[in-house]
Amino acid sequence: MGSRLTQIVPLEDVVVEDPKTKTYRFRADMHPRPGQFLMLWIPRADEVPMAYSYLENPMGVTVREYGDATRALAAESKRGYRVGVRGPFGNSFAVEGRRALAVAGGVGIASVIAAIQAYADAGIAIETAFGARTKQELTFLDRAKACGPVHVATDDGSAGYRGLVTDVAAKLLHDGTFDMVLTCGPEVMMKKVVDTANAAGVHVQASLERYMKCGIGICDACVLDDRLVCTDGPIFWGDELAKSHDFGRWRRDISGRRVKA
Amino acid sequence: MADLGAEVAGLRLRNPTMLASGFLDETGGSMLRVYSAGAGAVVTKSIGPEPRAGNLNPTVVELDVGLLNAVGLPNPGIVEYEHEVRHAREGGAAVIGSVYGKDAEEFAAVAGRMASYGVLAVELNLSCPHAKGLGTEVAQDPEAVEEITRAVKRSVRVPVFSKLSPNVADIASFADAAKRGGADGVTAINTVKSMAISADLKMPILKNRYGGLSGPAIKPVGLRCVYEIREAVDLPILGVGGIENGRDAIEYLMAGASAVQIGTAILRRGIDVFSHVCREMSDWMDANGYARVADLVGAAHG
Repeated sequence: MGSRLTQIVPLEDVVVEDPKTKTYRFRADMHPRPGQFLMLWIPRADEVPMAYSYLENPMGVTVREYGDATRALAAESKRGYRVGVRGPFGNSFAVEGRRALAVAGGVGIASVIAAIQAYADAGIAIETAFGARTKQELTFLDRAKACGPVHVATDDGSAGYRGLVTDVAAKLLHDGTFDMVLTCGPEVMMKKVVDTANAAGVHVQASLERYMKCGIGICDACVLDDRLVCTDGPIFWGDELAKSHDFGRWRRDISGRRVKA
Repeated sequence: MADLGAEVAGLRLRNPTMLASGFLDETGGSMLRVYSAGAGAVVTKSIGPEPRAGNLNPTVVELDVGLLNAVGLPNPGIVEYEHEVRHAREGGAAVIGSVYGKDAEEFAAVAGRMASYGVLAVELNLSCPHAKGLGTEVAQDPEAVEEITRAVKRSVRVPVFSKLSPNVADIASFADAAKRGGADGVTAINTVKSMAISADLKMPILKNRYGGLSGPAIKPVGLRCVYEIREAVDLPILGVGGIENGRDAIEYLMAGASAVQIGTAILRRGIDVFSHVCREMSDWMDANGYARVADLVGAAHG
């Protein structure tokens, strides 16, 4: 158990990505792989799972404000502010195939950007379909562009295609030359991407999110069917998701009740 | 080959290992998965009358010597939980239902409902060290243990195990109180009240400040408690606390346990820990001339 003890680390840099999203960089003794996550302790507030958006020191997480914990972090966050980190946890994106498509929705880009770079580093052709509400929420657009072509979709049409990124992804997959899909974003989006990829016979890996307490495979809070998102995931393959009763339909609330996803 | 079949308070188990309450047991799917991986039975998360969110994070702290937790009894409530028990039961799992309540009446009501879902037995969480107003006070009062056990015994027909806290001066007196209340057995021990502090931040790490320690650090405490209960009270014991391998389990049996529960060891050995422990027990028994689990129970008492 000794390798994953809580480390207290000062924030080395805080980057404002958009008015609601910041990237926090810190140095820690961890060696994460693309798609893995850590438990981020915001002292006096909460501890939440976060994907690594940068894998190497200074490593980073990219956080959109959506609840008490993330708001508390955003309010406190400045250089030198100390947080607790433990990890890395979970499995990681497999880096394989000949031509890959990453489909990211909003801040879901934080979970796949390191994988996009790993594909490029491995010499695998990678394109990205990136959807967001508006142009200013296209975090890491430049990092993705440095790895390969990026197809943008925005809800308001302020950049790229006006509409859903799933439509963009479906069109790209329809041309039949991709053999791998990576995706992270809202579950309703990922469900469409997984269904499309499965129907096209293309391998697909999706990074899932569930409420977590322990992060280490014991508390049963993050269950998907009989799998744990924290240790069996967070990355699940399309064939497993095709059989899932919960994916895209059900999640558990903080007390373990089944609620609509 | 040694026979690993176990019998405790009239329950027949395919082997003497059980999933301890609080681990991978909030959902039917996970309980079934653990049972399929080799556990002799699974004990549910502690379930109360209403849905409960539990504490905010951090709720767990991994330590070199074990695991500190203060999840605070999160559970979907006894009404919704029917779906989870039935799912595990329909898959063939042997399920023991863990329950809690604020008083004897509430315990009895929740236990009665749990029993109606088809569990083999109920376990009373009389000693959670990290849920305010529930458990901690009960754990310190033998009369409350007796009263709650008696009320539950009146409301169910299946065997009742009262789970005891090690955070008391004389645990055997609490086992005796459970016996007076009519318990069919006791489970010993619950977690040891503990704390972790961040020196860097000058504060407790757990949001709840205090939590319960499990894992290898508490094995000697658990062995001592089981041994003391066995000396003082004639009642079947489910031994729990820091069991990671077959030898640990055999030590608990020799201290007086009829079966054992495993939780934290899942961290180090995965859910296959149950089949590993069984194989290690069987190998040890073969090498040392023991044919049956029952022959080990209490063997360390002179």
